[in-house]
Amino acid sequence: MSTQLSVKADAHVMSPAPCRILSVEQELQDTYTLEVEPPGDDWSFLPGQYTMLYAFGIGEVPISISGDPEDSTKIVQTIRAVGAVTDALVGLRPGDYVGVRGPFGTAWDTKAAEGRDVLIVAGGVGLAPLRPVVFDVLNHRERYENVTLMYGARSPSDLLFASQIHEWRGRFDLEVLITVDQADDSWRGPVGVVTSLVGRSSFDGDTAIAFVCGPEVMMRFTIQALERGGLTDDRLYVSMERNMKCGVGLCGHCQLGKFFLCKDGPVMTCAQMAGSCWIREV
Amino acid sequence: MKESLVIEREGVDALISALADRGYEVVGPTVRGQTIMYDTITSTDDLPVGLRDRQEAGTYRLEERGDGALFGYVVGPQSFRKFTTPPGTVFWKGIRTDGGFETVAPEEPPRYAFFGARPCEVAALKVQDNVYGSVRDPVYAGRRNQSFTVAVNCTEPAPTCFCDSLDTGPGVSDGYDIALTEVLDGNTHYFLAEAGSDEGSEVLASLTSRDALDEELVGARRMVVRAAENMGRFLETDGLKEVLLGNLENPYWDEIAKRCLSCTNCTLVCPTCFCSSIEDHLSLDGTETERVRTWDSCFTLDFSYVNGGPVRPSPGPRYRQWLTHKLASWQDQFGEIGCVGCGRCITWCPVGIDITKEAAEIRERDVRRVAVGTPSVKEAAE
Amino acid sequence: MSEVFDILIDQPFFKSMTDEQLRAVSETARLVTFEEGAVMFVEGGPARRSYLILDGDVALSLRTQEHGAKTIQTLHRGDFVGWSWMYPPYRWNFDANVRSEVTAVQFDGPQLKKISLADPELGYELLRRFTEVIVTRMQALRIQLLDVYSTFR
Repeated sequence: MSTQLSVKADAHVMSPAPCRILSVEQELQDTYTLEVEPPGDDWSFLPGQYTMLYAFGIGEVPISISGDPEDSTKIVQTIRAVGAVTDALVGLRPGDYVGVRGPFGTAWDTKAAEGRDVLIVAGGVGLAPLRPVVFDVLNHRERYENVTLMYGARSPSDLLFASQIHEWRGRFDLEVLITVDQADDSWRGPVGVVTSLVGRSSFDGDTAIAFVCGPEVMMRFTIQALERGGLTDDRLYVSMERNMKCGVGLCGHCQLGKFFLCKDGPVMTCAQMAGSCWIREV
Repeated sequence: MKESLVIEREGVDALISALADRGYEVVGPTVRGQTIMYDTITSTDDLPVGLRDRQEAGTYRLEERGDGALFGYVVGPQSFRKFTTPPGTVFWKGIRTDGGFETVAPEEPPRYAFFGARPCEVAALKVQDNVYGSVRDPVYAGRRNQSFTVAVNCTEPAPTCFCDSLDTGPGVSDGYDIALTEVLDGNTHYFLAEAGSDEGSEVLASLTSRDALDEELVGARRMVVRAAENMGRFLETDGLKEVLLGNLENPYWDEIAKRCLSCTNCTLVCPTCFCSSIEDHLSLDGTETERVRTWDSCFTLDFSYVNGGPVRPSPGPRYRQWLTHKLASWQDQFGEIGCVGCGRCITWCPVGIDITKEAAEIRERDVRRVAVGTPSVKEAAE
Repeated sequence: MSEVFDILIDQPFFKSMTDEQLRAVSETARLVTFEEGAVMFVEGGPARRSYLILDGDVALSLRTQEHGAKTIQTLHRGDFVGWSWMYPPYRWNFDANVRSEVTAVQFDGPQLKKISLADPELGYELLRRFTEVIVTRMQALRIQLLDVYSTFR
C-alpha cells in the first residue's frame, strides 16, 4: 500500500539479548547488585539510563544501571526484590543468563553542570540510578565546582553502597552528607529527613545544578528545599517513575501527561514537568 | 481529477475475488451476533446487505432497511486494528539452551485487504501509522506495509458520528488504494470507484467497468457533502488542548467518574487506542517461551501500578487520563488529535458517556475564568 | 552583651529585626558551650531555656520500652533547640544529648516573654520567626512519619 513504515533493525530493542551473569552481590536485605556481561563490544550507557531485564519465561522489569559509565566490560544493575520477576532475577547465579534490552531513557545532564556546583540528592534506593553520575563527575572532577552528595535512608541498616560511601567520604573533593529517618543510639550521625541536609551544605544557589532521585514524595519536598536555596526549575533534575513495560514508547503505560517516561524520561527537569506533572493522580 | 469508474454489484464481487487472487485475506463488515463486525469475506453475500445500524449513546441495534444496499450502515464495535495489532500477537519466541536461550523468528503475518473501510477508519490507520511509525514497531509495520485498503465513502452518518469536526470524513481524500461510493436510488444501484494508488489502479483495471458520467460524480459528491451537514454530533476543536490541560483539577472529572464504570469498552472499540501489555507464556516444561502482546486499557486499576500501588486509583483521574490523552496530549506527542470522530465510544459505553459532551462540559466549566459570570479568559482577550 | 549582639546580627533567623529589638533580645542571652556527651536537657525536666546552635551536633531522643533510646532528630548549626519554654506545663518532651562539642546562644525563656509583653511588636517578630521554624520542622517530621523508603509487596 501507500504506507511504508520502517522497522527497528536493532534486535536488542524489541527482543532480549541473552547475557551471562558475572556476579550477584547482596547489598541490603531486599536489594542486590547484578553484574552482567554486555551483549556486545560496543556496549555503553549514559548515567541515569536503565535496561529492561528479562527473566526467561517469567517477565521483564526496568532496572537502573548503577555502575561506572567508563567501564564497558560489565553492566551493573541494582535490583530491589519486590515481586515475581525481581525475585527471579536476584535468585540467579553467576553463569546463568538474563535477557537484556536497552539501554533506554534520558540521562543526567552532566554537560549542563560543567563549571557549576553539583548537588546529588538521593533517597533510599534512589542512590542506584545516581551512582553512575557520581562516578562520572568524579572521573572528570576538574569540570565541576563544589560537588555534594546528600543521601537519606530509612535507617542505618538501609544505607545502600555503604562501603562505597565510606570511600567517597575519604575524598577531599566531594562533600558527603548522610541522614536517616530513624535510628537507635548506636548511630552517631544525623537523624532527620533528607531535605534537612540542603540547609547544611553551602552552594551557589544562583548557578548550582541538582540531580534528585528517590520516592516521589521525597523528591517533591527536596525540590522545595532546593528552590528555597535559590535553584530554578531548569536546574533541577529528577528521575520520575511510572509503570514501564516496553521501554520504547509503545505500550503507553508510562505516560505522565504528554511524556512517555521510558524515552522522554526518566530523567527530566522540573521545568519540563512544570505545573501539570505534580497534579493528583496524573 | 482522479479517474472515476462505475461498477455494479457484480463488480464489487469481482473486486473481492481479485484481491483474494492477489494473495490478500479480504476482511470486511459482516454480521456476527446481531452486530456488524470485521471478518473474512468471500463475496458481497457476506456483507450486511440491506441492513442499517441504529446507534445512540449506549445503544446499538441492527434493522432492515428495505433495500439492497451493501454499505447502508457505518461502524461497529471493531476497527481494523484488530488486524494490524491483533491481541495475542507473538512478537518474540525464545528457546532455552545450555548456555542460556536463543531467539526464534516469529511467523510471517498475513496480507490483509481492508474492505469497506470508512473514512474514519482510513484516518485511524493514518493516526496509528504515526504512533507505531515513531517507534518503528515491527508487529504493526509487518501487517500495515502489506495491506490494501478499499475505502467506502459515507453518505448516511449515524447520530453518534462527528468525523466532520475532525476533518476525517465523511469522504476520504487519501490513504486508500480504492475508494467506493455506493449510489442507490430506486432501481439504480451502482458504485463509483476511484483509485488512490498504483496498485489500486491495477486492480480496478482488471474489473468490468465504465467511465463515470459528470452528473454521477457530482451527485455522489453532493451526497457526501450532505452527510457532513447531517452529522449527529460536534466536537469543538478550537483551543481544545489548552482547555483540557488547563482544567486537570476541575472537580467535573469526579462528576463523570460517578457514571463511569471503568469497563474499558471505549478503549477496546476505539480505532486509535494503542496501549498494550506484554505477557510471557512459558511452556509447561519450561523450555520454550513466547512473549505476547495484548491490548491494555488505561481504565484498569493496575494499568498505572508502580511499587506501592496504582498512580491513578480513582476513576475520575483515569477518565481524565483517557480524554486528555486522546484529545490533548496526543497533539504534543504526535502532532494531531488522536480522535477520528467515529463515535464508537459513545455507542458502546454502557452508561452512554459522550466524549463530545464531556469535552464541551469542561469547556463550559473552565476554571481559568476569573469568576462565574465573567467572560472566559479567551472572551476577555478578544 | 555586645558579644551576643554581634553574633545574633549575623544569624539569618534574626534578619530584618531592628538593632533596638536585637539588643533587647541579646540581653536575655549568653554564649554557652557543651562538651561532647553532655546532656543538654532531659525529658520531663523544667523547660526555661532555648538554644540557637552556632556549632556542633545535638541529638533528640525518646526513651521507649521496647526499643531503648530512639533518636528522632539531630540538630546542627543554625537550628533552634527547644520550644517547651513557650507553653505550660514548661517541661521538656524529649532528651537532648550533645554528639559533638556545641557552642550555642542560650536564651532565657521567661525573660524573652517579659520583653515581648513590654514590646508587643518585638513579641510578634519573635513569634513569627519561631512559628516558621516550627512549621518547617513539623513538615519534615511528617515526611519522616511517612516511611517513604519502605517497599510494598
